Amino acid sequence: MTAPANGRTDWLAELRRSINAQSILVPVYAILLALTVAGVVIVLVGSNPFEAYWALLRGMFGSADRINASLGRSTPFIGAALAVAFAFRAGLFNIGAEGQLLVGATSAAWVGTFSFLADVPGPIAIPLIVLAGALGGGLYGGIPGFLKAKTGAHEVITTIMLNNIAILIVRWLVNSQDPLILRDTSASVPRTAELPDSARLPEVISTSPPLHLGFFIAIALCALVWFILRRTTFGFVVRTVGTNANAAKYAGMGVNSTIIAVMALSGAFAGVAGAGEITGTSGFLSPGTFLGIGFDAIAIALLARANPYAIIRTSLLWGAMLAGAGLMQQDSGLSINAVRIVQALVLLFVAADVIVRTIFRVRREGTTALETTQLTSGWGSAT
Amino acid sequence: MTSWRFGRRQTLGVIFGLVGLFLVGYVAPNLEKLDKGLTFEPPPDPLKVVVDPPVTVTAIGIVFVLVAIATFFERRNAKLASGALVLGTLLFIPLVLVLALALSTSRDTNVMQLLVESLRLGTPIALGAMAGLWCERSGVVNIGIEGMMLASACTGFLTYAVVGDANTTSALWLGIGVAIFTGALLALLHAVLSVSFRVDQIISGVVINLLALGLTGFLRSEVLLDTGITGGVPTGDIEVPLLSEIPIVGEQLFTNQPIFFAMLAIVAGTGWVLFRTAFGLRVRAVGEHPHAAETLGIDPIRIRYKAVVIGGCIAGLGGAWFSMESQGGFQDNMTNGAGFIALAALNFGKWRPATAFAGAMLFGFTRALGSRLQILDVTIGDFSIPSEFLQSLPYVVTIVVVAGAIGRALAPAADGVPYERSR
Repeated sequence: MTAPANGRTDWLAELRRSINAQSILVPVYAILLALTVAGVVIVLVGSNPFEAYWALLRGMFGSADRINASLGRSTPFIGAALAVAFAFRAGLFNIGAEGQLLVGATSAAWVGTFSFLADVPGPIAIPLIVLAGALGGGLYGGIPGFLKAKTGAHEVITTIMLNNIAILIVRWLVNSQDPLILRDTSASVPRTAELPDSARLPEVISTSPPLHLGFFIAIALCALVWFILRRTTFGFVVRTVGTNANAAKYAGMGVNSTIIAVMALSGAFAGVAGAGEITGTSGFLSPGTFLGIGFDAIAIALLARANPYAIIRTSLLWGAMLAGAGLMQQDSGLSINAVRIVQALVLLFVAADVIVRTIFRVRREGTTALETTQLTSGWGSAT
Repeated sequence: MTSWRFGRRQTLGVIFGLVGLFLVGYVAPNLEKLDKGLTFEPPPDPLKVVVDPPVTVTAIGIVFVLVAIATFFERRNAKLASGALVLGTLLFIPLVLVLALALSTSRDTNVMQLLVESLRLGTPIALGAMAGLWCERSGVVNIGIEGMMLASACTGFLTYAVVGDANTTSALWLGIGVAIFTGALLALLHAVLSVSFRVDQIISGVVINLLALGLTGFLRSEVLLDTGITGGVPTGDIEVPLLSEIPIVGEQLFTNQPIFFAMLAIVAGTGWVLFRTAFGLRVRAVGEHPHAAETLGIDPIRIRYKAVVIGGCIAGLGGAWFSMESQGGFQDNMTNGAGFIALAALNFGKWRPATAFAGAMLFGFTRALGSRLQILDVTIGDFSIPSEFLQSLPYVVTIVVVAGAIGRALAPAADGVPYERSR
């Protein structure tokens, strides 16, 4: 173990660095700019942007229930974004969070229907289910890692293909009646059997979607990733591989085994997020859930600049916007896709911070983690 | 001294050998001895080749074993080894067809139609791959092709619907023009972000994809729904004079839709411009070594802008294929990953137009094959292959191809590296 005192100051320093004026100002201005540009689009289709944004804001934080729903909605994004961010740190671009999350959720839904789980108490059943999610997601994330390490197949392509395969195979597993695999025949719509009550993650506050214990598990995962990256030898190897794979190789680090381990761990984080949604929110899996969550995860990880702490607040904002979009649609009749436009624009203005810095005259100080890790190191040059 | 080594080709050889032995020893003896036909024309009275499944499968199995043996003589005759692997890979096509027929109740299946369908379904992939080729040859990675295609599909059809109620020809052409323009516009955004502002090119691509998803969904529900138009008339067939007179092939292949022909022209044109003209040489020089290019008086920034926007136009045409040629209409996320498959085809084709086109056609073929197998209702024992498995075929083949057959791809040297002028 490292010296606790040192570790603590380091932890605080990291936290302080993640909320300094620099890193807060640019996103805030970016959000303002995004809202302005999206407002123009809203005006063009003949709606009132102020009305829409006011409804959106009330939808996000308008009452205690709404705040809880926003927190609940953002829970899966934390784990999924963590999966993307962790891979970023090793110079890998994991677009496969969606597939990994889905496979994790399916494993959790499958293990959750084992009959013995109904007889054991929650503290035993729930960890088993979450572990199943981690294993499923981890294995599915390990495939592209293995392929990259052994054959050089680029993870951007393999993870996207694996997403599509996961969606199709899970649809078959849940829909199929002959042979009957995961489908609950007593339900009117295709879905898996419901988890026994004892195997459900306790809800902290019952809203829709509920704020369940998974939210705190996700935050703990963020702390874990921070610890791995900053306090362990493995984390050091991961960051070295991410900054300069050739240097890592020259220093005798196992670049290939690191790639496999990072992708598997990455998948496991997404898998836990999927399992959390199964045992915490729905209690079963229906095909078509989690569609598109992979791109949300990428956007969040990029906005947070792959910083585990920043992921928490970015996910909260992201989830809250989606949770609030419903009320905006109800009140102003505007499609919830308006929120999607705002989100894309926020990412645009944060990525191209030159625009924001020029308009609002924010000076540049130092560099952030992602700027030292060039993501696009080319197609075949990671090893 | 051994005269052979164990590398990638030998691994593939062993796989071929095992598959061959399995075919000869297990699959062929268990197939029904019932003649099946491979036809090449629509009925009535088509050109037909009658095959006997067990004999054909045995023959292909033996060839696979020979391919395996050939790979172990790579040192003595490298051309023989690689030629054998190509032959073995191509033989998978008749193998799958004969096996599918043998395991189905149908008596015959139209091969020519399958090939034409492959070309049709490969069209957007090939266009996407050409778009990517232009960008990446100039040193700009573009994972936003998916978003460019989606946005173009939307704006193109929207124009078609608003201007011409989705059934007049002039509005259709206008729609295709708007689609191309949309692709160019998004490409310009990509260029501004990644070339001028030197934003990480992957981030810029993700921004374009997200923006396209949001904007198209918004436009569909706010504008397209209000017009009340749900579908339209897609592009009509064009008959190419002379070529369409060729027996068997002509009528089925050269009576086809305009974007299909445009795709063929763009693939040929891309190859010619990139590898036979001064402009193409400049693009490739900037993609390999921008500093050296600038020393020779080429402006890398300007070249990258041009290449990225050309790519965007091609991607826009690819988008038009979805909403105005394949079908008349727009649904949310209708490109469904085609832009990414196009990148895989580009990767497979090692950044060369002809091979990237071949890659695109391979994916077109797997998709066409998937739906054909679904129609044939292939059953192994009592197990009818689920449609989801057949639909995932292109994705599985993509992974196998990217991981197995091609080895480490050689991207342009400066691909993905933002260019900063030397002072």
